[in-house]
Amino acid sequence: MTGANTEDFRASFFEECEELLEAMQDGFDQMAVDLHDSETMHAIFRAVHSIKGGAGAFGLDDLVAFAHHFETSLDTVRSGTIEADANLLELFRQCGDHLSDLVAASRQGDMLDPRASDALRTSLDTATGADPDADDDDMPEFEPIALNLDLGDVSPVDDPSDKGFEIAFKAEPDLFASGNEPLVLFQALERLGALKVTADVDQVAPLDTLDQESCAIGWTLHLVTDASEAAVRDAFEFVEGFCTLMVMPIGEPEAPISPLSADDIPSLGDVMNLQSPQHEAPKEAVQEPVPKPEPKTKADTPKMAGTIRVDLNKVDKLINLVGELVIKEAMLSQSIIEIDPPAGSNVAEGLDSLKQIASEIQEGVMAIRAQPVKPMFQRMSRIVREAAAATSKRVRFETVGEYTEVDKTVVERLVDPLTHMIRNAIDHGLEGPEDRAAKGKPEEGTVTLSAAHRSGRVLIDISDDGAGVNREKVRQLAIERGLISEEAELSPAEIDNLLFLPGFSSKEEVSELSGRGVGLDVARSEIMGLGGRVSISSTPGHGTCFSISLPLTLAVLEGMVIKVADQTLIVPISAIQETLQPKTIEIHTIGAEGRVLRNRQGLVPVIDLGQLFGFRPASADLDHRVILLVESDGGQRCALVVDEIQDQRQVVIKSLETNYGHVDGISAATILGDGRIALIVDPENIIADRGTPATSDLDLQLIG
Amino acid sequence: MEEALLEDRTEERHEVVAFQVADQDFCFDLTSVREIRGWTETTMLPHAQPYVKGVINLRGSVVPVIDLSERLGLGATDPAARHVIIITVIGTQTVGLLADVVSDILSVKESDLHPIPDIIDEAVRAYVTGVLVIEGRMIRRLNLARILPSSAQDGR
Repeated sequence: MTGANTEDFRASFFEECEELLEAMQDGFDQMAVDLHDSETMHAIFRAVHSIKGGAGAFGLDDLVAFAHHFETSLDTVRSGTIEADANLLELFRQCGDHLSDLVAASRQGDMLDPRASDALRTSLDTATGADPDADDDDMPEFEPIALNLDLGDVSPVDDPSDKGFEIAFKAEPDLFASGNEPLVLFQALERLGALKVTADVDQVAPLDTLDQESCAIGWTLHLVTDASEAAVRDAFEFVEGFCTLMVMPIGEPEAPISPLSADDIPSLGDVMNLQSPQHEAPKEAVQEPVPKPEPKTKADTPKMAGTIRVDLNKVDKLINLVGELVIKEAMLSQSIIEIDPPAGSNVAEGLDSLKQIASEIQEGVMAIRAQPVKPMFQRMSRIVREAAAATSKRVRFETVGEYTEVDKTVVERLVDPLTHMIRNAIDHGLEGPEDRAAKGKPEEGTVTLSAAHRSGRVLIDISDDGAGVNREKVRQLAIERGLISEEAELSPAEIDNLLFLPGFSSKEEVSELSGRGVGLDVARSEIMGLGGRVSISSTPGHGTCFSISLPLTLAVLEGMVIKVADQTLIVPISAIQETLQPKTIEIHTIGAEGRVLRNRQGLVPVIDLGQLFGFRPASADLDHRVILLVESDGGQRCALVVDEIQDQRQVVIKSLETNYGHVDGISAATILGDGRIALIVDPENIIADRGTPATSDLDLQLIG
Repeated sequence: MEEALLEDRTEERHEVVAFQVADQDFCFDLTSVREIRGWTETTMLPHAQPYVKGVINLRGSVVPVIDLSERLGLGATDPAARHVIIITVIGTQTVGLLADVVSDILSVKESDLHPIPDIIDEAVRAYVTGVLVIEGRMIRRLNLARILPSSAQDGR
């Protein structure tokens, strides 16, 4: 095996681990609902077992040792030796977290402090009543050991009265790629009784054309044992779908031959989208195959078709190319419009269909990057557990909408701010158990993380049922830190928003947990960096909710192309409520320059974009201009004055920050059909600076 | 000839690109230059420093253009087709520098570089790290990192 190959295998092993760990977490979540669901227990066991198997192949001894111990403990529950309870589940979860850590450490070539593994192992032994010494003898060897592969010896054991099985095992070519090792299977069988293994190497290609990654060997196994057929089949549990297997009791060659059913592994299969090939039962089978149990489907788990794993760079390249395609298409249509071909000509028709195809390709390519927020939510469940342990609070973690899909980059970059807000919710939001009991609330607090799509954006809420923001205390702290003056009259919402101010959290206020010297302001700026926004709402005694609104993708945006002072700008459609003709509406001047528009919903400040951006002085005459009524996620509005509306189209978002920096009121840039750059207006940012407050103290705003 | 070559090897040479801004000669390391292109209309940036002419599309990237003349306090350039934009990579950023004309690519030795006299005012010393005297020409060597707006924020 060449070095590069090993690296590839390693990389795919770790990717697979991610999925397996996810499946394991799913299992724990499922167990929290039903502790005694044996199906789930099997799934968890299989996930851990598969990680162990792969880790063994790469010589990751620490990982193997811990996974093995963990697996053994899981097996005691699986086999019904002991009953699972909430405490044991909690311990399993901790072990699962530790397993994730070990995987992550192995991936980076780091070592973890072995004491953590040891402590958990001891806890596992105590919980499952295992004898720690006996266990180690059970460690499977991952060293190659000599097996009886004597090709001449194909004769079954002579004594037909022997109980046992004749097993024909033919691996699919991708058996190795799935991380399985037949040797381990045979070792497992050997524990059941006397085993004779014969390899059939007829299908193996000559050495010079040999593909060492695909398995072309078949085996005939002769096992003398008292064990049941089910026990024998169990040994092959992990290669289901990767092999053709026939198990015949010795002396009963006419016995029913059933293909291995893939239906025993719904959870893992669903998650990994592996459809096990169904093998036809050999013709000579005289009886019907054993009826398969109906696969269990979970109502909230959308069935997904097969998936492929693609290098992210390839997708990014594709996205860039599609972006260019869309720009070129726009350039082309612009020049064709200039030529002005007769309507209905081939050129015009061709252009139309090109447009259509380009936009469909764009949509399709963007969808490739979309992925469910589920893995991120699972990471958060760990944050919750750790934060709960650190603060000695009891926390139940609920998730909603975990299959909501968001651009991968968005998901990744959301991890840090979410971690911070969840810690904040547990540390500052939830009360301790005694406090809660005293208030007549359940001792266990609840933190809910939910995701949903809303009009082209994704909304993520982190809510808790704690005490809510202690506004008096927040106010006092803000005064102490010089963030507001003592006389400032603030609405409850304004006080809550003080939490986002830089410098609000200070060293002494920050607890051990949420500490790390960052405040909510950092989380907020990270979210804003993603083109998102965050708001807070709090009800005293009933909890706090942080709401994050994010673009679905960082790559495209549906925008309105406008002109202001000869500059072409883009305004995101998602923010525009309506467009108005100033002639037909009431605009009032307040003071020297302040203008407000009056409409059904009340008074809205009027902002001349050209003036705001310094492109021209304020225009006195609005009659020949257009007004865009824009609204923020928080419900605040303002009226943007522009010169004209040109078009509405999808634009490819290009970063302005990469080579320049942040510009107030601008979120990004795009490239127009003529190759020039147009800036994308950030209405949210403009409103935050100038708009009407969401609360009703509009009068204050206008006077002040 | 032979000796001269040997001597050359003992002292490392490197190449600089020389150009003119407001009738003065400047240069910086050629390794920072990605390409040189003619003037193209820029898109204005709100609230930018006066020396930031705006942004252009460089094969899909948004690249700011800095008017070197204005940045160096030599008066704003009124850009026309004859002007050039030197696309440079400074750190992680790609930036276009507006200049009058690119004159040469010169191979220079460290010893050609003279420190600028103390009498020159601080503002100039911030951008110019030294002066090359080559064939009677005075070529000011620019400190590219200083040319950049540290961030768009410092415009306000």
